[in-house]
Amino acid sequence: MLDQAMTEYWPWLLALVAGIATLKWRVLGVYFSGQIETTSPVFDWVSCVAYALIAGLVTRMIILPIGTLQETPPEARLFGAAIALVIFFAARRSVLLGTFAGVGLFVAMAWQT
Amino acid sequence: MPQEQDEKTNYVYQFGSTKRAVLGGANAAFGMPILALGASYLGLGSLVRDMDLSIWFGVFSTFTIWALPGQLAMIELYGTGASILVITLTVSLVNARFLPMMVNVMPVIRSPGVATWKYYLSAHLLSINSWAYLVQRGPLMPRDERFPYYIGFALTIWFAGMICAALGFHLAGVVPRPVSLGLVFLNPIYFMLLIILGIKKPAIAFATCIGAVLGPLLHLVSPDWGLMATGVIAGSFGFFLGRFWERYQQKNGGAPHA
Repeated sequence: MLDQAMTEYWPWLLALVAGIATLKWRVLGVYFSGQIETTSPVFDWVSCVAYALIAGLVTRMIILPIGTLQETPPEARLFGAAIALVIFFAARRSVLLGTFAGVGLFVAMAWQT
Repeated sequence: MPQEQDEKTNYVYQFGSTKRAVLGGANAAFGMPILALGASYLGLGSLVRDMDLSIWFGVFSTFTIWALPGQLAMIELYGTGASILVITLTVSLVNARFLPMMVNVMPVIRSPGVATWKYYLSAHLLSINSWAYLVQRGPLMPRDERFPYYIGFALTIWFAGMICAALGFHLAGVVPRPVSLGLVFLNPIYFMLLIILGIKKPAIAFATCIGAVLGPLLHLVSPDWGLMATGVIAGSFGFFLGRFWERYQQKNGGAPHA
């Protein structure tokens, strides 16, 4: 009976534990922000780390996706990302136009295959 | 007093009251943030169905984790039958970015009139979207309106995320496969452009470029630690390159712009 309860509830427990593991970083961030002067080099360094992390995450998601995107052709992802950048800058930094151009091309190319 | 008046006229975003600042934030969320995030969470919802999980699992994990890459990693690892320890550790590592992001954004939203516990309580709401919007727009609004703006913005997209996770579950199988894949792909593309929009300093630009290159490479070296290593290595390189760059410019009397 315990086994049955475990299989039934364990995804929920998992989401809860993973949620706490995530919340910990946000809370620590609030705590540390009170300890660091914004004018200090440490603050600049942490900002650089934040940007580098997200940039790395984004290119990893495009080039080496983990989930369902794995089944899509790499060239569709690369061309999609490239056209998103081109349109973004051509349209005077429009996130909306850039995103839709990139995703649009990706869907069109994914359809072909 | 004259100085304060001078400052007031320079705000690009000004709402007039706390309540209106909350609504202003909510209003900003309706548009590109909800469109992009909603589409991504539709993708998550369809993944939840792919994995034979309950529709409420998609909603609940959005409630507890509220970070798409971490949620995707969790659901995929769950599908492979990984242990709870491995899954929690992975989600924790993927989401460790919130620590530097929070440190980076807090000076923007901190206001003398807001009690400290409120920052801790609202910490859960931080996501790439609200971070990007605050870093970019926060400095352009009066200090006391930034926190309510953040709350209005973040709460709106949080609820939208939960609703779309449920909608995506029902949408899976209805829309053609390339379209549902496009919804998942929208996520990194949107984030990529958001980050570029937020770059203000040379050091940040260096860090972003190096991070973009190192991210996939270090992921190949270690899927678990690659992302953290990317942040620290690329961030440090960018930081020092930025310092050299500024020193070089000072030495040349700010040459390129002069």
